[in-house]
Amino acid sequence: MTATIAIALSVNGELVEANVLPRLNLADFLREHLKLTGTHVGCEHGVCGACTVRVNGDIVRSCLMLAVQTHKAAIETIEGVSDSGEIADLQSAFRERNALQCGFCTPGMLMAAQDLLKQSPCPDRERIREHLSGNYCRCTGYQAIVDAIESTAWARTGRRP
Amino acid sequence: MKAAAFAYVRATSVENALELLSVHGEAAKLLSGGQSLVPAMNLRLVAPELIVDIGELTELRGVAVKGEVLTIGALTRHADLLKSREIAAHAPLLKDAVAHVAHPAIRNRGTIGGSLAHADPASELPACMLTLGATIIARGPGGERRIAANEFFVGIYETTLTPQELLVAVELPVNPKNSTHFFHEFARRHGDYAIVGLAAQASIKDGRFADLRLGFFAVGDRPLLAKSASKLVDVAITPAVLSEAASALDDELDPLEDQQATAAMRRHLAKVLLTRCVSLLLARSDLRAGASA
Repeated sequence: MTATIAIALSVNGELVEANVLPRLNLADFLREHLKLTGTHVGCEHGVCGACTVRVNGDIVRSCLMLAVQTHKAAIETIEGVSDSGEIADLQSAFRERNALQCGFCTPGMLMAAQDLLKQSPCPDRERIREHLSGNYCRCTGYQAIVDAIESTAWARTGRRP
Repeated sequence: MKAAAFAYVRATSVENALELLSVHGEAAKLLSGGQSLVPAMNLRLVAPELIVDIGELTELRGVAVKGEVLTIGALTRHADLLKSREIAAHAPLLKDAVAHVAHPAIRNRGTIGGSLAHADPASELPACMLTLGATIIARGPGGERRIAANEFFVGIYETTLTPQELLVAVELPVNPKNSTHFFHEFARRHGDYAIVGLAAQASIKDGRFADLRLGFFAVGDRPLLAKSASKLVDVAITPAVLSEAASALDDELDPLEDQQATAAMRRHLAKVLLTRCVSLLLARSDLRAGASA
């Protein structure tokens, strides 16, 4: 019964069909089967946030979801939201504000930040920190990341600091 | 790390899930949101032979109010509880508590049934169930079983559920009129495991507690509904009364020591929470002395 299981899902708008072992998690499926290596694997137990992707519109930890659980689901990864231009302004703000150094946490940070800005267009710094509390960055000290998200929020809502 | 190999089956109905559990017993594990089970599997703390995925049993997801009873389906996600108008209106304590459960990406997957069945002593929702006087509803081969929350949690990651049972829902009495609540936890960062937490609900009449329920968590091997709360009901609260209740609370606690805190620190923080809770609910800042942590 540990044989592979057939799944069909949408990844960044494209239909994907695959046969996967039950133990394969979504992060490894994206990285190793689909070569979408923008989703990073850090802690593999849901603490670091580097593997954050969207499943049916909601951000989730892809290391805590089995690939078999994504049957019929719509997955969006950092590659999808980058290519579509959805987060182009957020990415520019990260670059301008030096909100990344090594870049390992950045895909997860961007997914979490975009999720916040969709739910709450004008978050204060406290709210930004709370929403990112599940995403570790070991380089920046977070200040610049919060700056980048705050300035994107201002720009999107036509406000000035 | 990666999870050990296991077999997987997607349950098609509650009955189907129960059949699978009765065949496979302890070799099987139910997968709901997976936010506790999957990390434990990835860390190889558990290695079930069979995963029974109940994620598609949508009949177990949702919140309903009928008369004086609020029913929450086991597959209701933490994010659903945060957004639910019924929860905000009838169990506002739960809404406050869920905001402290992990992080948004975890709350989008984690479920109330999973959290309760997992029974982590540092978890918020089990303590809320004690405070709110919840009834936990489980189904097994013999039919439905209704378990009072204060009899459900029996140890670290241990409940009275049998391997053949599935937690299907919880029932809460709707919030009594004029009741008020308090929720706070100490944690290193927002969303981390609580070092100590308190979920309290009270009704207040003429500046006194007519009722007070104090559900502490991360103070022992299971959540605690403090009996010492009774020392604060129907009396004029003075610093002396409060201090007596705090020392009675201390006798009830059996905190564990781990890398986050010593047992003594947990005892201290539990008293701080008690004092803050009482002074805040009664709007008595004079009782706050010594409540800083």
